[in-house]
Amino acid sequence: MNYTDAQIWGIIIALGIGTFLIRFSFLGLIGDRKLPDWVLRHLRYTPVAILPGLVAPLVLWPDATGGEVDPARLAAAATTVAVGYLTKGVVRAMLSGVAVLYGVQYLLG
Amino acid sequence: MSSSTVKSHYFRGLLMALPFVIVVMPFALLFGVVATEAGLPLSQVMGFSVLVVAGASQFAALQFMSDNAPVLVVLASALAVNLRMAMYSAAITPHLGGLSLRSRMLVSYFLFDQSYAMAHADFEATPHRSLAEKTAYFAGVTTPIAPLWFAFTYIGAIVGDLIPADIPLDFILPIAFLAMVAPALRTIAHIATAATSIIIALALFWVPLNLGLLIAAVIAMMVGAEIERRMA
Repeated sequence: MNYTDAQIWGIIIALGIGTFLIRFSFLGLIGDRKLPDWVLRHLRYTPVAILPGLVAPLVLWPDATGGEVDPARLAAAATTVAVGYLTKGVVRAMLSGVAVLYGVQYLLG
Repeated sequence: MSSSTVKSHYFRGLLMALPFVIVVMPFALLFGVVATEAGLPLSQVMGFSVLVVAGASQFAALQFMSDNAPVLVVLASALAVNLRMAMYSAAITPHLGGLSLRSRMLVSYFLFDQSYAMAHADFEATPHRSLAEKTAYFAGVTTPIAPLWFAFTYIGAIVGDLIPADIPLDFILPIAFLAMVAPALRTIAHIATAATSIIIALALFWVPLNLGLLIAAVIAMMVGAEIERRMA
């Protein structure tokens, strides 16, 4: 990480204010006016639109292996998605993924 | 309206929120550990959890900062993760919009995934309740969650310092993101959104400043919304 202390505090404070303003938006400023349906429709998909794209390169080309595809990381990612999708449990999915990551890494030495 | 019924709604909310403690603790702990491992001092780790109070975006900011992305790209990506909360704000307004400005600011600060989901479900099921009762329920729901988010971030930051550097933590963050996203893949539209995001993000991986991901997210969001519109 290559930032000055001031830059990191800047990120934290700006992110805090920005997140607060997103939460405050309707409650504070717009009140009872209805959001157009097309806006609500897009907002519903924001986390699913950004997080998978954020993770995909980290799964396929991890920095830690110098960008080489790694069976332990692939297996861990697949397990996490499968358990999360099937059981809807966030913590369960995470623990399964971590177990597979360390398990496969251990088996492959 | 007697104060005792208002109080009972506060405790009803508190009890409803208790199971979510199991989800909040490990995530806060993990944030503390990963942020400390990434090199942030305790004050900044706590700054994130107290000022932002939004796990997924805190992790996203951390990921981009580990890549040394420009400050504006870090902010744009992390805020994009939080845009869904505008929807929470809109949904809760018919119920709590009557509060004073100061109270609405407080509610906004505590409007995260769990508090929104529980309060909104309760308000929709029993819309006849008074503003005081609804507010008490909302306060009850946040009571066990927010302090634990702060406390376990702190514990994570302290413990993170003790974890030997040779234990590979780099992949815990991707696993955490996947664990958050997978249960959210409820419909064809959600799955198509995720698939679009992955394909375009990988195809545009060469684009500098992580801008490929932002392009991927915008297109993926439009794909999800369009599929929902056509299936409705």
